[in-house]
Amino acid sequence: MEQSWKQAKAVFATALGPPLVWLVLFFLVPLAIVWAYSFGHNDGLTQIAITGTFKNYARAIEPLYLKIFLKSAGVAALTTGLCLVIGFPVALAITFASQKAKAWLLLLIMLPFWTNLLIRTYALIAVLRDEGYINKGLEAVWTLAGKVLPLAPFQPIPMMHTNFAVIVGLVYVHLPFMVLPLYSALDRLDKSLLEASLDLGAGHMRTLFKVVVPLALPGIASGILITFIPALGAYLTPDLLGGPDSQMIANVIERQFKRANDWPFGAALSFLLMYLTFVAIAVQALLGRKKGVRA
Amino acid sequence: MSKLRKSPPGPLEYLRRWQMQAWLFAVAVFLYAPLLALMAFSFNDSRRNIVWKGFTLKYYDKAFHDSSLIEAFANSLTIAALCTVFSVALGAMVALALWRFRFPGKTVLDGALALPIVVPEICMGVAMLVFFAKVLPWPVGLPWPLNLGAITIAHVSFSFPFVAVVVRARMASFNREMEEAARDLGAGEWRTIWDVILPHMAPALVAGALLAFTLSLDDFVITFFTSGPDTVTFPVKVYSMVRFSVTPEVNAASTILIVLTVLLTAVALKMQGDPAGVAGGHGDKP
Repeated sequence: MEQSWKQAKAVFATALGPPLVWLVLFFLVPLAIVWAYSFGHNDGLTQIAITGTFKNYARAIEPLYLKIFLKSAGVAALTTGLCLVIGFPVALAITFASQKAKAWLLLLIMLPFWTNLLIRTYALIAVLRDEGYINKGLEAVWTLAGKVLPLAPFQPIPMMHTNFAVIVGLVYVHLPFMVLPLYSALDRLDKSLLEASLDLGAGHMRTLFKVVVPLALPGIASGILITFIPALGAYLTPDLLGGPDSQMIANVIERQFKRANDWPFGAALSFLLMYLTFVAIAVQALLGRKKGVRA
Repeated sequence: MSKLRKSPPGPLEYLRRWQMQAWLFAVAVFLYAPLLALMAFSFNDSRRNIVWKGFTLKYYDKAFHDSSLIEAFANSLTIAALCTVFSVALGAMVALALWRFRFPGKTVLDGALALPIVVPEICMGVAMLVFFAKVLPWPVGLPWPLNLGAITIAHVSFSFPFVAVVVRARMASFNREMEEAARDLGAGEWRTIWDVILPHMAPALVAGALLAFTLSLDDFVITFFTSGPDTVTFPVKVYSMVRFSVTPEVNAASTILIVLTVLLTAVALKMQGDPAGVAGGHGDKP
């Protein structure tokens, strides 16, 4: 049974004191300051006057910025959807693999996950750019075909600095986020239910959609959440792979704090992003409760 | 068909179906081809980095003689080491307090502790930028490693809640009767913690330490907002190199970091004995 803190005040204070102070001082206070700034305006070059104005939030929902919010949400949703489609069969295969194969497959998914995000993005640049591996490979094929067919000179397909590159990059980075929770949900399934469904004449697809998916729904929901949240706030991928029209909300926030030097507006944007994140978590929690199962 | 055929795949042996194998193969290529190409081309004797021109180690030589790159790498490792020490201590303490005691405001603390895990990196980055610009301006020109203080503090803030998650998961399997037995046999509060609870916690502390180390070594966004001109970390340095162009030096430097990460992961797996356990560090498995 848990002890009341009054029974061992010295132990309690020693154990809780330092982490609590750290959390408040080096996390909650900085966030609170940003929150306060979001109700202020620039007063001179370095001073920020907190006046309780809602101007920054009003500006954030102007069409220009609203569009970026919607676009970020759309890109994150598309990324999540692609990760689900690509990752689900992988999770399924891992679930039904032998113990040994399972360990190796999990390692296969996890190793890129532990590799530095910047390095993975950089590796993609080398693949996607005009002189990248894809275009050079295509060029080689094209030249080879050109020996038999009269073909125009090869034009590299522009892939870098497009929305396409951003989506590829986000899927590349977030795929493990989707596969791991899916796997842990599928692994807990009662396999005899699947066998029963197959025995009773349902095909694999029908078993998948009528038995596996409904049973694994909480895991699917948490996979979607775990992928969607970081994709929504992605900074590095759109920054390095995207072009001027593929800026996501995190890039706009960064610009306010660095080049544009409009901290109050950047603060308002970053709190809106945070609220969106909380809404996503709350929606998932509510859906989970309605189903009567916890993810 | 003279050869003896293997039995057809069982109904649930998805891994033995060729469609599934093809899918897995494609995903593996998608995940690994860019990284393997990056590593292979770090040995390529050509600046343009596309066509294979022969094996060379000169870019490693260059990377090892690039003092700013070395400094950034040393900074990253120092920050990661400091962050690990602080995160493990703080994470274990808060996990112990939450596991052991009933106290008012426990739910609030629980929620607040989850915040650094769920808050978007960019939001935490700007919060740290504002904090260290306005509230606690970190003095410039402090001797090493004190000059890395701001980055280290920021890293500890997002790492120690992860350590707490891992340690709490471990403590769930602790038999409280052991503690009672220790108390019955005359051990005091501190003695019980030191001799009975900590040994049970130990594997989680190791896992938490590796997690904190990797999280710190990996972080770009939050560091980007807290680092100054003389406190550049490896990812920040690579970022500024990548902005300019794709060069073999970056490939060489990245390969070193990838190898380091793979080694760390291998150590983590050896200690855990189960890859699923390492995934648990990210909170998706009990």
